[in-house]
Order: sequence, then structure tokens, then C-alpha cells
Amino acid sequence: MITAAIDTIGFPDLCSRAGFDMKERVCGLWFVVTYTRAGRAGAYGDERKVYMIIKKEMIAMLLAGGQGSRLGILTSDVAKPAVSFGGKYRIIDFPLSNCINSGIDTVGVLTQYMPLRLNAHVGIGIPWDLDKNVGGVTVLSPYEKIQNTEWYTGTANAIYQNIEYMESFHPDYVLILSGDHIYKMDYEAMLESHKENGAEVTIAVMPVSLEEATRFGIMITDEDGRITDFEEKPAHPRSTLASMGIYIFNWETLKEALLANRDEAGLDFGKHVIPYCREKGAPLYAYEFNGYWKDVGTLTSYWEANMELIDIVPEFNLYEEYWKIYTKSTSITPQFFGPESVIERTIAGEGTEIYGKVYSSVIGCDVTVGAGSVIRNSIIMNGAVIGEGCVLDKVICAENSVIGDGAVLGEGEEVPNDTRPDIYCEGLVTIGENTEIPAGVRIGKNVMISGRTTPEDYPGGQLASGRTLEKEVKA
Amino acid sequence: MRAIGIILAGGNSKRLKELSKNRAVCAMPVAGSYRSIDFALSNMEHSRIQKVAVLAQYNSRSLNEHLASSKWWNFGRKQGGLFLFTPSFADADSNWYRGTADAIAQNISFLKTSHEPYVVIASGDCVYKMDYNKVLTWHVDKRADITVVVKDMPETFNVERYGTVRMDEEDRIQDFIEKPLAPEYNTISCGVYVIRRRLLIELLEKCAEENRYDFVQDILIRYRGLKKIYGYRLKEYWANIASVEDYYRTNMDFLRPEIRDYFFRQYPEVHSRAADLPPAKYNVGVNIRNSLLSSGCIVNGTVENSILFQQVYVGNNCVIRNSLILNDVYIGDNTIIENCIVESGGTIQSNSCYRGENGIQIVEEKGERYTI
Repeated sequence: MITAAIDTIGFPDLCSRAGFDMKERVCGLWFVVTYTRAGRAGAYGDERKVYMIIKKEMIAMLLAGGQGSRLGILTSDVAKPAVSFGGKYRIIDFPLSNCINSGIDTVGVLTQYMPLRLNAHVGIGIPWDLDKNVGGVTVLSPYEKIQNTEWYTGTANAIYQNIEYMESFHPDYVLILSGDHIYKMDYEAMLESHKENGAEVTIAVMPVSLEEATRFGIMITDEDGRITDFEEKPAHPRSTLASMGIYIFNWETLKEALLANRDEAGLDFGKHVIPYCREKGAPLYAYEFNGYWKDVGTLTSYWEANMELIDIVPEFNLYEEYWKIYTKSTSITPQFFGPESVIERTIAGEGTEIYGKVYSSVIGCDVTVGAGSVIRNSIIMNGAVIGEGCVLDKVICAENSVIGDGAVLGEGEEVPNDTRPDIYCEGLVTIGENTEIPAGVRIGKNVMISGRTTPEDYPGGQLASGRTLEKEVKA
Repeated sequence: MRAIGIILAGGNSKRLKELSKNRAVCAMPVAGSYRSIDFALSNMEHSRIQKVAVLAQYNSRSLNEHLASSKWWNFGRKQGGLFLFTPSFADADSNWYRGTADAIAQNISFLKTSHEPYVVIASGDCVYKMDYNKVLTWHVDKRADITVVVKDMPETFNVERYGTVRMDEEDRIQDFIEKPLAPEYNTISCGVYVIRRRLLIELLEKCAEENRYDFVQDILIRYRGLKKIYGYRLKEYWANIASVEDYYRTNMDFLRPEIRDYFFRQYPEVHSRAADLPPAKYNVGVNIRNSLLSSGCIVNGTVENSILFQQVYVGNNCVIRNSLILNDVYIGDNTIIENCIVESGGTIQSNSCYRGENGIQIVEEKGERYTI
């Protein structure tokens, strides 16, 4: 492939001259036409040469480096975007599937915190059809430089450090996404709106209630949707349009803003880049989104979002044919239900074997629920084994954990958690991954347990509500 | 790797009745989320055979669809790969595949251009796990010309539609009777053969000259005195699905814990095309006993001793017993289905009743489906 410097001809113009309809070439190779001045000035035809360059109209940059500390033990070993969701998915599947469903085939995934699981999951992008000759998915981690080697210090700083990656695709627009929301969204429609408005920056917003508005970045717009002002987590919101953390930038605008603010500590989109663009007078527009969108940043919102999937006709419907959510499946085998099993209001992933009773829960792949066990209102992730005769209520059980026979989790009165009452609350019992819980123990509410625990860790076979029990996994 | 693979996937089976009307036997759905050919293909992959030809003829569209991408079985490689050969017409006297030997003979360039010394031939309509390397090592140790994988079946097993063999103490095959009317032996051929590539080319070319087309009749049986043909006994689970009864029974075998454990949990795993379906969903009023359900199913009724393949919808108050519901079937409310195989893509109207009275009934309903 020959990469040529691009002439300053506009791309639609260029495409029509090269004989390509631009719409057909939104994602893929573009062609650059150069002309040699052999005859009259401006004459072309005989001397026309067509070279190929790599050109994508819009590429996506997916911020997946954050820890997501408010998910507590669930993100102690994996980045938040790699946390399981909805039985068989991981959170990052949603933005990645949105990308390919919106016709965006070039996605840079920025990782930093605990990237192994995420890297293994994303791989070369096969499940999302993002294994492409040109473009596709690229995992971008911080790297060493001759000068000024640093981690990604902020959302915009991470993007700044990958200017070269973006530049290599000659994009017109760059879509900035974060890897911690559950939603289905057509980014192409957002791009249409961006173009129609003649915007340089478009921010996706969604209407929230006035109380919720105090938790978000709020956009104040005029009647045309142009953003006139914004405020971060305002005590008295002037609008109810909350930023979803999804931005479309004109590439030139983004690049200029990043370079101008490169020395800012912890360069952030909300704090620095967007205000900078507004001060410069760049047209900022809001794109209102009215579908399902859920921030799963806290354990309670994570649990709620999972529970919403089991409604008879859920607001967030995974069963639609036309906007599929793709994931890397670890298992493809069917589920088995034993002779005594009961299941109600539950979704369950592949390879799961259920011999007990499961009500109102979200069950991952390759889970075993032993005979006589009763599980209610719980999230059981991939590979977990629940023994026989267990009782689980409001439990989040992370991957590959083992709960011994006859254990009771989530009983008794609620007591605030002794270490992180802000995280482990609302009666949830949270079990970290690869955790072992011995048989027969009784565990209260607002409890967090991780690591290989033994009967000695449970005096009198009990762990009272509000307690935290953390042990080495590799004991 | 020392061998290339050939999967014979051409056959139609009248014994599968309506089920093979729209698909090749090798594309029959098995055990909820697989297709029959997945087993042979996964065996090839786990035996580190890198180059595999699938010879298909009857209704190859169904197979083509399933094998559209070879990456699910790890065959999307520069070295080797997966090749689907259907009969093609090159000159005036081109023919359909007139038999198994003819099918390979018509693609003899695949054999000639390979450099691996051995060929593993397998049929695509069997459910089993096997490391072909073990047969190959055995084949070399025995200095055999051809090794046939065989299995001793129980006395009660009806071998009438199989090839039966008699072997001596050395495991050399003395007698080979195809589809015996009065079976004398209960050892049957599993349709898996190991042979040196050059010998196969030689035998096939000779067959072609003599207008002989069948691998079993014209090579195994005809040459059994001349060549050293040995039988390798397979001890593990093996089943052929090419009749309605066998298909039903093989699927129902997966309700047994030891079979599930063997195929679903033990190494190596069986690969299949990614279906990208959401988790199965169970609403209220659900009652499921001793059944397998695949992803994409939505269940509102009762399911007992049955297998629901992918994307099956079961309405309210339905009762499904002892049945196989193939992919993408919609079952309306208050419907009773017992002892049936419901063909894929079907739409069963509400308040209907299907009962297989004498054996298994095949249900094919292409009613209109309204989706909200």
C-alpha cells in the first residue's frame, strides 16, 4: 500500500473525482488523486494517478483504563470494562458492539489499570468483527518515550499520547467513548447530527431527573441544541441534560485542543478540553439520546442494571435481532436443568448446570448450582460453583468462586460495612473472584469476602453483617 | 503434522426422513448448540491436523453456511486450512460424486499437492471425540496399509445399517460385511480410516480406471486379502446420527451426566460456529426438569426430558416432554409436544398438540410468525 501525503482537496470532492461514491466508502480505504501538470493548468484526465491511503471517516477511542474503584472487590484484579455483565457479557462488549453496529471499524482501546483480562477478552477483535486488515481494534497501553514518559494521567491525556495512532487513519472525526456504560447507541446518527449542526464538538446527553442531575456533568443548551454553558455536579442544576461521556470531535479541533493543553496536569475532557473548546468559540452541540443508558459505576447500580435484564420485557432488550451485542464466549454448550431444579425470572449463560432453585437472578456461563440450593436476587458470574443446600440472597459472586455446601449468604439485619460503607451497602453480599467459602457458614448482609477463606475465619461458623473478610487468593 | 484430513460429508440419508430435506446430514444440529460435523472437525483440530477437506454434495448450502468461516475450528491458518469441495464441472464428462472413493478421486489434486505422509478420513455424521494421532501411531506400529476405527457394539444394538467386521487376534480385519441382513458380528466400522497418502492415491486411481466408486466396497472389501487392513478399537462414546431413531437417541444421550461431562467439560472441547445469542431467559411459570436448553431461548412453560436448541421460544402453559426442539422454533401458548422432533425454523400455533404415538414424530410447521 502506498501512503501518500494528502492533497488539500475535500474528500467528497476527491471521491467523486476518483469515481467513488463517498457514502460507500465511509469505512475502508480512501483514494487520493494526484495530478501532474503536464498540459494546461488544472487539466486532468490523462495524467491522473490514483494512490491509496488509509483513511477512515470516523474512528473511536475507547477509554478503558480506569479502575472503577466504586465496584469494590470486583475490580481488584480486572479493569472495570472487563467486569462481567448480564450473564455472559463484559461491560466493554456494549461500546464495542455499538461501534461495529454503527459502522465504525477502527477502535483504539486505551488500557492502563490491570489490563490482562481486558486484553485477553478484546484480543484481535474477532467476536466483534473488528479483526480487520486496516483498522480494527488496537489495544493502546501507555508506553515509554525518549522524553516525558508517563502513565495516562487523565482521559484527554491518554488520547493525547495516542495522537500518532489517530493520525495514521487520517480521520475527519474522532469519537471518544468510555468503557463503563450499558447502552445501545447508533454513533452514526450522532455523527449525522454533528455534521448537520456544523459542530466541532458534539456531546451526547440524556435527560435525567432533577435530583439525579446533581450527580452528572450538566449541559445547558439553547433551542438549537447548541451548548451555551455547562456545570459539573451542580447543587442547583439549570438543566437536566446529563453528559454521557460520549464525544464526537472534528479531528483538527481535537488535535489542536490536545496540543494546546498538553502540559496540563491530568488533562481531562470535562475539566480542560471541553472548556478550552468553548472559550475558543468552537461550536459545541448536544446530541440528545433517549434510549436505555446505565452507568454501572457503583455496586448498587451494577446490581440494579443486571436485575433489569430479567423483567419479562426488559427496557434494555438483548433479544433484538438488529443490534446484536457480541462477546467472546468462553463456553458454547447448552445449559442443563436437573430433575429437581426450579428457575424463574432468570437469565443464564452457556454451560450452566442448575440442580437447585434459582429466582430473579443473573447467572453467567459454566456455573453450577447444587441440588437444594436456593438463590434469589443474585448475580453469579462465570465458572462459579454453588454447593448443595446453600441459600443466597442479594449476592454478587465473582468469577470462579466456590461456595461450600450448606452456606447461607445474606441473612439477618443490615449493618453498615466496617471498611467501605459507601461501596458495600444495600444488603449486598459481595464475593471476589477465585474466592472459596467453606461449607456450612452463615454470612450476614453488607459483607465483602475475597480469597481462600477457611472455617477458622468464621468464628462460630458465622460472619456478621457489615464485616469485611479479605484473604490472599494464592494461600 | 503427519496427516491431512478428509471429512466425508456428502451423504443424504433417507432414514432421517424430513429432517434431511433441507440440510446435509453433517449439518444436523446436535446436543443443543452443535452441528454434527463439529465433532469430526474438532477432532481434526485437536489431533493437530492442519489441512482438512470437507467433501460435500447433497444440500451443501447448509454446510456451506456453517463452515463459512473456518476460524471457529482454528483452521483460518496460512499453513493448511479448511477446504469445502463440492462436485464441480470441468469437462464434458464431469459427474456428481458417485461414491465416497469417487468423491476423493475427483479431488485427487488435494492429495497430490500435500506433503504429509498420511491421510485421516472421517465421516461427518458421527458424534465422538478422538485423537486421530493415537490411531496413526497404532497404524504405524502395526505396519498396516489401512486402519479402520471399529467399535464393539452391545448385543442389543441393531447393526443392520452399519458395516460390520470380523478381526483376528492380531486385529487384522478378516471379513467386512456392509449393511448385513443377518448380522454375524457386532463390531462395526466407525467410518474413520487412516491410510498412507501415496497408497490412497494409487488405490483411488486404480478404482477410477475400473469405474469403481465406493471406498468401502471397492477398497476395503475388495482389497482386504491383499492389503493389511487393521481394526483399531474405539472404547469411548461413539454414535452415528443418520437415522431418526439414532438422531433422537444420540441427542437424548446428552441428558446423561457422564455423557455431558465427557463432551462439555472434559478436554478437548468441541468447537462450533459462534452463535452470538443472548443468555437463555426464564420468565414466570417456568418448570424445567432434566433438560438441556441453549442460548437465545425464552421459556414460559414446562419442559421435561427434552433438548431445546438455540433461540427457541416456549409460550405460556406449554408442556414439552421427551422432545427435541431444533433451532429457532416458536411455540405458541398452551401447546403440548411429546415424543417429537420439531424441525428448525418452525412456528407452532397456540393451543396445538403433537404427540408421537408410535415412536418419534417429526413436526414441520411453517406457520406465519408475528413478532412484536
